[in-house]
Amino acid sequence: MSIIPAFIVRFYHKTASPPFFYNLSNKLLPWFTGIFLILLGYGLYAGLYLAPTDYQQGDSYRIIYVHVPAAWMSLFIYVVMAVAGAISLIWRMKIADVVLISSAPIGASFTFIALVTGSLWGKPMWGTWWVWDARLTSELILLFLYLGVISLYGAIEDKRTASKAVAILALVGVVNIPIIHYSVQWWNTLHQGPTVTKMDKPSIHLDMLIPLLVMATAFKFYYAIAMLQVARVEILIREQNTQWVKKLVENK
Amino acid sequence: MTPVRRQRLILILLMVAGVGAAATFALKAFNENLMYFFSTTEVAEGKAPKDAKFRLGGMVVNGSIARPDRGIMVRFDLTDYNKQVTVEYSGILPDLFREGQGIVANGRLNEAGIFVAEEVLAKHDENYMPPEVAESLKKTEQLKSEK
Repeated sequence: MSIIPAFIVRFYHKTASPPFFYNLSNKLLPWFTGIFLILLGYGLYAGLYLAPTDYQQGDSYRIIYVHVPAAWMSLFIYVVMAVAGAISLIWRMKIADVVLISSAPIGASFTFIALVTGSLWGKPMWGTWWVWDARLTSELILLFLYLGVISLYGAIEDKRTASKAVAILALVGVVNIPIIHYSVQWWNTLHQGPTVTKMDKPSIHLDMLIPLLVMATAFKFYYAIAMLQVARVEILIREQNTQWVKKLVENK
Repeated sequence: MTPVRRQRLILILLMVAGVGAAATFALKAFNENLMYFFSTTEVAEGKAPKDAKFRLGGMVVNGSIARPDRGIMVRFDLTDYNKQVTVEYSGILPDLFREGQGIVANGRLNEAGIFVAEEVLAKHDENYMPPEVAESLKKTEQLKSEK
């Protein structure tokens, strides 16, 4: 434990306290919303207007400004859920449970968006809406994993047992994440190989890459905003019988 | 970290490693089935199924696209820069279909060893660039080959 600075350890333990997390999120939300709107505005303007057209696909390629960030988020949120699941199982931290279950619907939505936008692009470019290649199939499995987490949590009456169950499901499902990422390299697929996240320099022109990275960052902030809002409600429901929530309600 | 927490951490790591190992073995076992298409070399060497439909992937050879009957049927060669296979197809080609483009065709081999496709899909590559950049890249490559 000595490698991690003391103040980080202290902050980590502090965030475990629901009132601290609730108040912290209250302060963070307006900032996150502001940053998100600025990034989204610039990203959409730069991606849809400033970025040059592609030499092969013309303007159709611009769907990557939604498709790629959404697909990255679908993987990122699942990893967050798996880490939260591990923290919840090891440290029995209630906030980790809340983060896990609040993230699931957002992750499912991003996965759905990635699948739908990919399909819309696939019809004119590939000539088909859908193929059962390794990348598309593993991403579809990811959507089912998200839906599994949501329904498993809803199916178990006792929320402490439910949290434990979904934490284990999230950790088991995390093997799918490297499979999705490397599917285009391990097997022949119809889906193209990685453009940005390869060791070599990215195979995308800089004027096209920057709006993509801006959009990806905007999506990260959107996730933080949406997750915190769901988490705050979840915390209030779980802590409704505690002193600090009662005080909060009285002061309103 | 307390001993109890350490124990839980080890249990979780074991669980993830176990699931990972299981997934690896399963994917290794089904490796062939997970391949979306056969390469032209595999087909030329007779590794593809003879009487069944399968998918064939490769690059469209430059200058090989022809319409021999002046009709809708198009004939072209696919290559993986090792061996070539001739493909015949009657139907609508996707937007990205052109010489040098990666293609996945679904169909079967006939007696003459020609692949008769029922469906042709374009495989997009991972390169994105403005038309001017593509143009200048082409020019520099031409200069290089002329030297």
